[in-house]
Amino acid sequence: MAEGLSWTVYDADTLTQAEIYGQVLCDLGKMRPDIVGLSADLAKSTKIGKFQDHFPDRFFNVGIAEQNLFGVAAGLAKSGLLPFVSTMAAFTAMRAAEQVRTDICYQNLNVKIIATHGGASFGQAGTTHHCTEDIAIMRSFANMTVIVPADGIETANAVKQCVDWPGPVYIRIGRGFEPRYYDNEEYGFRIGKAVELAPGTDITLICCGITVFHAMEAAKILKENDGLSVRVLNMHTIKPLDTEAVLKAVTETRRVIVFEEHNRIGGLGSAVAEVIADNGKGCAFKRVGIPDCYCEVGYPEDLYTHYKLDADGILETVREVMNMDFEEDEDWEDEV
Amino acid sequence: MALTKEELTLLADKAYQARRDVVDITGWSGGAHIGGGLSVVDMLIILYYKYMKVDPKNPDWEDRDRLILSKGHAGVAYAPVLARKGYFDFELLKGFNKFKSPFGMHLDGNKVRGVDASTGSLGHGLPIAVGMALGARLQKKSWRTYCILGDGECNEGSVWEAAMAAAHFKLTNLVTFVDRNKLMIDGATEEIMNLEPFADKWKAFGFIVKEIDGHDFNALADAIEYAHAEKSGPVLILANTAKGKGVEFMENQVKWHYGGLDSELLESARNSLDKAYGRV
Repeated sequence: MAEGLSWTVYDADTLTQAEIYGQVLCDLGKMRPDIVGLSADLAKSTKIGKFQDHFPDRFFNVGIAEQNLFGVAAGLAKSGLLPFVSTMAAFTAMRAAEQVRTDICYQNLNVKIIATHGGASFGQAGTTHHCTEDIAIMRSFANMTVIVPADGIETANAVKQCVDWPGPVYIRIGRGFEPRYYDNEEYGFRIGKAVELAPGTDITLICCGITVFHAMEAAKILKENDGLSVRVLNMHTIKPLDTEAVLKAVTETRRVIVFEEHNRIGGLGSAVAEVIADNGKGCAFKRVGIPDCYCEVGYPEDLYTHYKLDADGILETVREVMNMDFEEDEDWEDEV
Repeated sequence: MALTKEELTLLADKAYQARRDVVDITGWSGGAHIGGGLSVVDMLIILYYKYMKVDPKNPDWEDRDRLILSKGHAGVAYAPVLARKGYFDFELLKGFNKFKSPFGMHLDGNKVRGVDASTGSLGHGLPIAVGMALGARLQKKSWRTYCILGDGECNEGSVWEAAMAAAHFKLTNLVTFVDRNKLMIDGATEEIMNLEPFADKWKAFGFIVKEIDGHDFNALADAIEYAHAEKSGPVLILANTAKGKGVEFMENQVKWHYGGLDSELLESARNSLDKAYGRV
């Protein structure tokens, strides 16, 4: 990829999500000699290149050949190594979907995939480089664990924990424009367990990735201006989903909205809807994401605003849902 | 080194048995990829009975040689070869294709002892084999990876992605075969999608190519030993074969890519094999 497209637009005061990943992987590499790194001509863009600098013998760049990339990773895992593979989300979840499914997930291999440029995080690049389908695709592969960290700190946690988490893992991150939400790593991150960032009883916002930061901004304003008690769940693990946290939110707040940087079809919103429907307990519910279209071109911030995934958009949707009438159910409390 | 008379006799016996098994399993399972199963038998036999370091009692032995049958539809040949080698009871193959059997047409490495990778989707095996060979080299292990491709499979772009990588990484601990039976489902490989000049394509990708008769054990032995000794780059053994080899009415017949055998055809196929191996 051209240098000009890498990490130059946003003047981050801290390390970007991917840079933190690159650093964490290097630290892990020192402790775990079985870790190997792979990329397909995106070592620099995905920041796995840092691992290459430290461990040149344990890094393989296979060129622009994503099908081979994931097949080779499967073979390395079969030989007893622990491959970390990084390329863009679009080329992981779509170009090489069958290799990820058949070579890695079907064989239940210990391959960890850090897919960058997820969602609309490379908004300027256009639809070829957007990826608003990956969560739907990846969570439909049996054996796969799917994680969408909120920021760089959470990426560090996810990368560290996935080392000892059995089987294939898909960690979807952005490109480096993501606002930082966490100050440090000590907040009890566990794969498969939602983090309750704000307690609340009126409504629950279930989020992953960049929407976590924006939902927390919105929750503060809703509390101060609207007097609302808003629960915010950071649902960083899409699969296995923390169904307990979802059902608790349904019964305790009776209003749930899911915000995600993904097509409304198949992602976190669908996963949450499945749990609610399976449980047979209705609630006021909305899914906000990319509305089954190819995302517009633009800087991510502008796209998040356009698709109502930033704080203002989240405020708007919450107010809309709070104003929705829904039939009072006399028996609700009995059924809980 | 040339094979001894005893070795040749043993290999011929094993190949005859394997072909009988392929025919029998096709008969009782209702249908299988018999044509490409019969064409690849001699490669499987010489690997398992002459060259591969394996321990059927300990199929996950760390230092074993690996085989990736990239043309995974030849599971109907691979499964009985593994069974006769001692990985599992041959009787289990009575369940081939049946409900909840571990043996589908394309073998599942997590269910079938001795299978190093779950293949069946074409174009997947060579990338996995490249990864294994890289893994062995990185861990300073002396085990080898063998990979068997179908010729029609080489229409898949991922084969050539992996070929480029095998040459780039100079994987001399990898031995790759192409079962060149010249037929695919819809017809002759050269009519459906031309592969020629096939050997030159592999050479251009950086392989050292040995083109041989894939049913001649001496030629296979020479080519495999050449590959073992070669230190400058990966070797491709282009094994010219006949689809349906050993069963006269199937040989080089496109319609026998996949098929079933009723009792009459079964009898005829067995007789044909007996004749081919001088067992009458």
